[in-house]
Amino acid sequence: MDLTFTDAEDGFRAEARSWLEANVPAKPLPSGDTAEGFARHLDWERSLFEARWSVVSWPERYGGRDASLWEWLVFEEEYSRVGAPQRVTQNGIFLLAPTVFEFGTPEQQDRILPRMAAAEDLWCQGWSEPDAGSDLAGIKSRAVRDEAAGGWRVTGQKTWTTRGAFCTHLFGLFRTDPDAERHRGMSYLLIPLKAEGVTVRGVGRLDGDEGFAEVFFEDVFVPDADVLGGVNEGWGVAMATTSSERGLTLRSPGRFTAACDRLVDLCHRQGAVASDPRLRDDVAQAWMDAEAYRLFTLRDITDMVEGRSLGARSSLNKVWWSELDVRLHEAALELLGPLAELDGDAPAAIDGGAWMKGYQFSLSGPIYAGTNEIQRNVIAERLLGLPRK
Amino acid sequence: MRFAFTDDQLLFRDTVRDLLDKECQPEHVRFAWVDGDGRLPQLWQSLGEMGVLGVQAPDAHGGLGLSELDLVLLLEETGRAGLPDPIVETAAVAVPLLAEVAPPELQAAWLPGLVGGGSLVTTQLGGPLVACADTADLVLAVRAEQVVAVPRAALRLERQPSVDGSRRLFRVDWQDDDAVVLAAGSVAADSRDRAHDRGAVATAAQLLGLGARMLDMTVDYVQERRQFGVPIGSFQAVKHHLADAMLQLEFARPVVYAAAWALATGDPDASRAASHAKAAASDAARFVGRQALQCHGAIGYTVEYDLHLYLKRAWALSATWGDAAFHRRRVAEFVLGPPDLPDRPSRSEEIHHG
Repeated sequence: MDLTFTDAEDGFRAEARSWLEANVPAKPLPSGDTAEGFARHLDWERSLFEARWSVVSWPERYGGRDASLWEWLVFEEEYSRVGAPQRVTQNGIFLLAPTVFEFGTPEQQDRILPRMAAAEDLWCQGWSEPDAGSDLAGIKSRAVRDEAAGGWRVTGQKTWTTRGAFCTHLFGLFRTDPDAERHRGMSYLLIPLKAEGVTVRGVGRLDGDEGFAEVFFEDVFVPDADVLGGVNEGWGVAMATTSSERGLTLRSPGRFTAACDRLVDLCHRQGAVASDPRLRDDVAQAWMDAEAYRLFTLRDITDMVEGRSLGARSSLNKVWWSELDVRLHEAALELLGPLAELDGDAPAAIDGGAWMKGYQFSLSGPIYAGTNEIQRNVIAERLLGLPRK
Repeated sequence: MRFAFTDDQLLFRDTVRDLLDKECQPEHVRFAWVDGDGRLPQLWQSLGEMGVLGVQAPDAHGGLGLSELDLVLLLEETGRAGLPDPIVETAAVAVPLLAEVAPPELQAAWLPGLVGGGSLVTTQLGGPLVACADTADLVLAVRAEQVVAVPRAALRLERQPSVDGSRRLFRVDWQDDDAVVLAAGSVAADSRDRAHDRGAVATAAQLLGLGARMLDMTVDYVQERRQFGVPIGSFQAVKHHLADAMLQLEFARPVVYAAAWALATGDPDASRAASHAKAAASDAARFVGRQALQCHGAIGYTVEYDLHLYLKRAWALSATWGDAAFHRRRVAEFVLGPPDLPDRPSRSEEIHHG
């Protein structure tokens, strides 16, 4: 066991830190889940790409740095530490990309990945449907074979599509064999949102941003070249994506350790409140929970580097980070007391209202990426071996 | 960076687990409840021969010359088995403390017997009470800012029965003239704090093992026990109780291992890591115990069934060497600085002098 970074990794950290400190916008950008904010975030994404920081762990030929998983972790720590903007490209680079690396043909990789890295194509996720949320295998949107045209014709509806109103492309699951057992007849399709027959409607979220969208498909043509993985093998491909979503690639520990550092700073700024033993306990507990997540992921990465599969363990990660994020923000709201409710526009708001905004976002964590009830079922059935029925 | 144990460390763990599976079964733990001195002398001898007691002792005195990191998995196994003997006080605390502060002639006199399992040293460093003071040859303690060793003959003992019937706890007293002073001043304070950190991490490791034991028992039970025509483990309410138990345990585990690494390498944050480990493991073991009892139902609430042996040990160990509240406040002091309450002594003063 060695819990220290190498000199080379420290050098990588110093390089990342100095670039981020020089380039991160001094004033926080408006939320990336609004039309105006999304455009500002794209400028940021493109400057990240130009300096080759947008996808550090990818091969150089796709715009990355061939960084190791440890270096990726270091970059994520530094990124969160300086409070750099949210990654509006995350569903592409953190969720779709690992799946393209694993299942994509060389032609698909060469076509999709460079444009994703450069934030030219912006990907959103098409999983949930009005009648298929936790029961993802219950999706009904259909893709019917069009042999003459060499592809599929898609009809149906996806919903709760994050930043769907601002993105250019969607990846999702569609039923390609209506007669097969329900986990077997699905395929993983890649669809440009400007394709004929696609309609996108934004939906306002609890936190006030227009971050959600409904996406309607009416006889939309998808060529064979845009099926990722085999036809009717979409469930297995999608499970690879959900493993990334639940696990550490979407929510690296730096995000929470940095939030805890800011919580500690808030605790000091709130002065006398810092002497309340219960609030001190809550802050300490949040700090410990974030540190536990960091240490847990060090073990995850060790296992990945040494070729041991994480499997269903990503469900443990997902419950932990999502619930610690809620508790962390609850502690912050208690420190703020009567000022906690203030919106970012309020002159008296502390930290631009970021804690209430963050609290509202944290409450989505136990819901998205598979509800925590589903994760607990996975933990019980696949890690503890309890019977499914 | 590598957060994993070596093959040798894992093999040592497996060997100790095999021994304990044979020699420390529930009936052995039950024997310790009713036996006079609450110990398993043959097993203790075997642990000595296997090198477990002397992991942290110098080679010159029969030890392995290894570190907290080599001991932590073995302690976890002793927790899983519910080993009644005071292995934390002996192997994890007394051995490295004596190696640090005892003069060479006393090390030569005491360590070989201790490492081999022929003699026993316990401590009054994890709280006011002393485990196995009646069968120990020596008690290590702190009095008047000195680290002292008191021979058993000089001790006045008052038995303090525990909820865990396999523990033998005593309040102890002695005349200062009968104690050997091992360290004084800042050396004593430093070695006391280090001993407390070691005891906390070692106990945290045992709590991980106890938690795993209770979770394993419960996972087996809910698959056998049928109600409404199906195993109760197929009910979502039961699944979620046990998923929550696993979560608490699995996120305490790397914290405990990292704390052992921090102690072994002299990391500057080792005390913070030790307190984090004990807080997390204490909370986790108590929580797993509650879920285990609930999922067993009434059978778990009997003394005929084995669960109570491990449940009560978990209660005892979660409170000794500093409970979760104590260690959480200590983490808060590291992370936030001292509280703004000048008229109140800090908790670390309370535990050592209160």
